[in-house]
Amino acid sequence: MIRLYDYELSGNCYKLRLLLHWLAVTYERIAVDFHPGRAHKSAWFMQNINPQGQLPVLDDDGFVLRDAQACLVYLASRYDPAGHWYPDDAQTRGRIQLWLATADDLTRGISAARLHYSFGYPADIAACERQGHATLRLLDDTLAENHCHGTRWLAGGAAPSIADIACFPYAALAGEARLDLRRYPALQAWIGAMRHRPGFIAMPGIIDPAL
Amino acid sequence: MPFCTADPNLRNDWLTVGAASQLRAAPAAHPVPARLLGNDLLLWQNDAAAPHCSADGRALPIISRYGYLWVHTGDGPAPALFELPEFAQPGRRIVDCGGIGVATSGLRVVENFLDMAHFPYVHTGTLGKVPHTEVAPYRTAVDAASGEIWATECHFFQPRASASAGDGIDAHYRYRVMQPFTAALYKTCPNRAGEWDVIGLFVQPLDDEQVIAHVLLVYDEDVLLDAEMIAFQHMIFGQDKPILESQRPRRLPLSGPLEAHMRCDLTSSTYRRWLRQRGVTFGVHREPGA
Repeated sequence: MIRLYDYELSGNCYKLRLLLHWLAVTYERIAVDFHPGRAHKSAWFMQNINPQGQLPVLDDDGFVLRDAQACLVYLASRYDPAGHWYPDDAQTRGRIQLWLATADDLTRGISAARLHYSFGYPADIAACERQGHATLRLLDDTLAENHCHGTRWLAGGAAPSIADIACFPYAALAGEARLDLRRYPALQAWIGAMRHRPGFIAMPGIIDPAL
Repeated sequence: MPFCTADPNLRNDWLTVGAASQLRAAPAAHPVPARLLGNDLLLWQNDAAAPHCSADGRALPIISRYGYLWVHTGDGPAPALFELPEFAQPGRRIVDCGGIGVATSGLRVVENFLDMAHFPYVHTGTLGKVPHTEVAPYRTAVDAASGEIWATECHFFQPRASASAGDGIDAHYRYRVMQPFTAALYKTCPNRAGEWDVIGLFVQPLDDEQVIAHVLLVYDEDVLLDAEMIAFQHMIFGQDKPILESQRPRRLPLSGPLEAHMRCDLTSSTYRRWLRQRGVTFGVHREPGA
């Protein structure tokens, strides 16, 4: 049984919930009091679960893995034998890796600003906004260009990959970081396409289109 | 820097500046910063764990009650803080869910807290579910002695009324508004018939259009972990937040043509009338030219 050390309002936890749901893999959610308790920084958590003091953490029958992007690679490799989410193709995997790294840029910019506005975390808001807009611009340009080549997904192809899942949460949550998404039309169309995939599940701040 | 409002409703009330626990490691040499009504405050506790507060180099009255810190920014005598007897009731679980920042008027946050009609649409699968959308008639009254608003005889079908609820229930609610920025909700306790779980909403106004909304649970609950109870409340509040932040104007209109009420909004209309009668101006929308 997979255990996911989870926090409801974390975009990085949500991306694992989204992939697990799309893979129809059952798992147990272990709620961590990220706010206000900062349980992810507690001595117990850092000694036993993740020395980095970060969420999410995956525990698959004793195989413990931290880092959301690493967990996406593991889950898709282990539980998606057809390889839809992490195709076994050299160029596609190269491109996916690029966007997994970009997901960390989104965490540094948009997630940091969101934590500031929601939970009062200290942040250099001007730097977060610069970083956030630069990453959103990169995503928007790429998606617009991909559209001209007949694909609406980040790493190409006819269906989304873990590259899309990795970048989706904090792009869709940009409003909570007080960044205006209206200047990124291709990105908005991509967010809409993700939300309307069959079996999509929402998180607070990313509204389920079925509502 | 002075406070950004002279509204006596705000300046004479006790206003929260967050959980009392934040002062555990805050002696006078290492005070904690806080923001209230457009002003920067410093908070600390002395050797006897008594809280202290200063703004602009001036000491302000501060008390610790219900696990929270309350500051009085006015010049006159401070009123008594509202009563919350359940907090001291033996066997109650007290869980602080912390504060979440919201970019809107605190009056909108309180009004949303008082509303049942949005449950099936915003909290689908937990606090409501289409097609169970009807808000049955309920009553509101202003208590003559305390001046508080009470909404009673409220009930609503809820598929998962709390983190511990198994099946859907017809959840019974009572709402209470103690101060313009402070409200409480009493709801059917899924674990103990006849008892009411209490959810306190304490809004810390940073300015007219930015707040920190603090949520305190006073529950009859002995199975769930704190983290699970907090996760449920954060899910609910996280669903409300984008709706609240998308409402325009950010400040609450108390009269005029901008927003119309229906029968199910009786608590909202009572709240707005109550704010109007008190002459609340802070966080209130003013028509241009009005």
